Amino acid sequence: MHYVMIGNSIASTACIEAIRTIDTEGPITVIGEENHPCYSRPLISYLLQGKTDEARLAYRAAAFYEENSVTVLQGIRATSIDKEKKTVLLDSEAVLAYDKLLLATGSSPFIPPIKGLEEVKNCFTFLALDEAKRLQAHLRKESRVLILGAGLIGLKCAEAIIDKVHSVSVVDLAPRVLMSVLDDAASEQVRKHLQEQGLRFFLGDSIRECTANEALLQSGSVIGFDLLVIAVGVKPNIQLAKEAGLDVNRGILVDEGGRTSNADVFAAGDCTEGPEMISGQKAVLALLPNAYLQGETAGTNMAGGEASFDRAVAMNALSLMGLHLITVGRYEGTSHLIACQEGYKRLFVKDNHLVGCILIGEACKRAGIYTAMIRNRVELDSLDFTLICEEPLLMAFAKNVRQQHLGGPV
Amino acid sequence: MKRIYVNEMWCLGCHLCEYYCAYANSGVKDMVKALKDKQIQARITVEQRGAISFAVNCRHCTEPLCVKSCIGGAITSKDGVIVIDQSRCVLCYSCIMACPYGALTPAVEGVMQKCELCTTNSQGQPACIQGCPNKAIVFEER
Repeated sequence: MHYVMIGNSIASTACIEAIRTIDTEGPITVIGEENHPCYSRPLISYLLQGKTDEARLAYRAAAFYEENSVTVLQGIRATSIDKEKKTVLLDSEAVLAYDKLLLATGSSPFIPPIKGLEEVKNCFTFLALDEAKRLQAHLRKESRVLILGAGLIGLKCAEAIIDKVHSVSVVDLAPRVLMSVLDDAASEQVRKHLQEQGLRFFLGDSIRECTANEALLQSGSVIGFDLLVIAVGVKPNIQLAKEAGLDVNRGILVDEGGRTSNADVFAAGDCTEGPEMISGQKAVLALLPNAYLQGETAGTNMAGGEASFDRAVAMNALSLMGLHLITVGRYEGTSHLIACQEGYKRLFVKDNHLVGCILIGEACKRAGIYTAMIRNRVELDSLDFTLICEEPLLMAFAKNVRQQHLGGPV
Repeated sequence: MKRIYVNEMWCLGCHLCEYYCAYANSGVKDMVKALKDKQIQARITVEQRGAISFAVNCRHCTEPLCVKSCIGGAITSKDGVIVIDQSRCVLCYSCIMACPYGALTPAVEGVMQKCELCTTNSQGQPACIQGCPNKAIVFEER
């Protein structure tokens, strides 16, 4: 059994680990376009910030591939898949035959059409290590940086560089920061905090036109810049799958088992669109924990085991200049705003289940208890809801549940 | 594998497990010096409401969501014991988001800390069980 994986990031690493718990023999080949062993993408901002280094960016120990008998084709791109012949064509023109194939092609930064963008000499995205290092090499004390996008990627980039440059301005079409993961009030808290740390925001605005060193905004404001970072979002890399005739929508369509429309082809991670638990609809959930869990599930099934990842929900944990945020699930149903001395807490309840939460600062403490309530679809009338709203405590669960949690292996 | 199990029937709510844990992981030889006038950094927490109390620490899950959610690859399973390499932790809180038991807490050093069953300090066996006066916390195979 030859396992081939296209893409060498979190999903394929998880897939390797899962395969090797079942099949210790079958050869595994990983095709990685980037010239690095698997690294943690969310750490690139910490690299620029100086909180980590390239050695610690590696997601697994150096011996990982050898210990798991994995051949890594690093710096090599897969150009097409023939699902009838079960082969992958590489840009080196070599042909690789597979028995089971994993597509873990990830996502790419989305570059919106902007008039004059080709004039900008120092333009960057912020998703890949090489690009982050290229940005790092351009940072000067006097640099004026303009970031397009006040989402997770744009703000992590801003945090990473603000102390190293003259100024950081952030433009976003949305009227508030982190629009896709926060509600109005939480966004406002985060914006205030970041503004106090020196970030300049131009929200509800967009770049109408660029010259080499200036951006003219729709509002008429003009922002001078030396470096431009485009961080408006990512799009799943579905081209290979689409050309191979696999079912795709926004992402490569997969079921709970990580299976695509072809029995021998699986997909996991940012490139996929799979079942989201709360809505029951398929969604792109380009988040590291989901990439791991999907990759692990796919690997188990590729090796002949049986696994189902049927509890995918959106979840984000991030820190921004000392402020911690955790969000989980969906913001629908009845909302409960819980007063906090410091921070913010809003819980969302629907049909006797917790379906979402937004937590900032102190409210993040033991947040995983809420995450577990969401993912495990805990019936809210089975616990002390008033207490659990106030604080996520195991105490709020019924005695027999506490006994299960603490009195036996879990 | 031997794990720590808690029986709330026997818990006195004395918090001694927290003190023993903080001492064990302080690296300081003298218990008084380790704890007096210091902020106690325990990796076990006593939940207490009315007459009920019990200690909570890492369950060393067979499906450790913290390991799978850690963005830095800092949390790993070593023969079933879930350990954290603090030098790789960037304090992103992904593990706090993931842990169903609320068993990870930030240390004052700016990294996460968790129970490692005293396998990474000089204790030999979990200090919390040694400190529990009523055997409400046990370390055994179940």
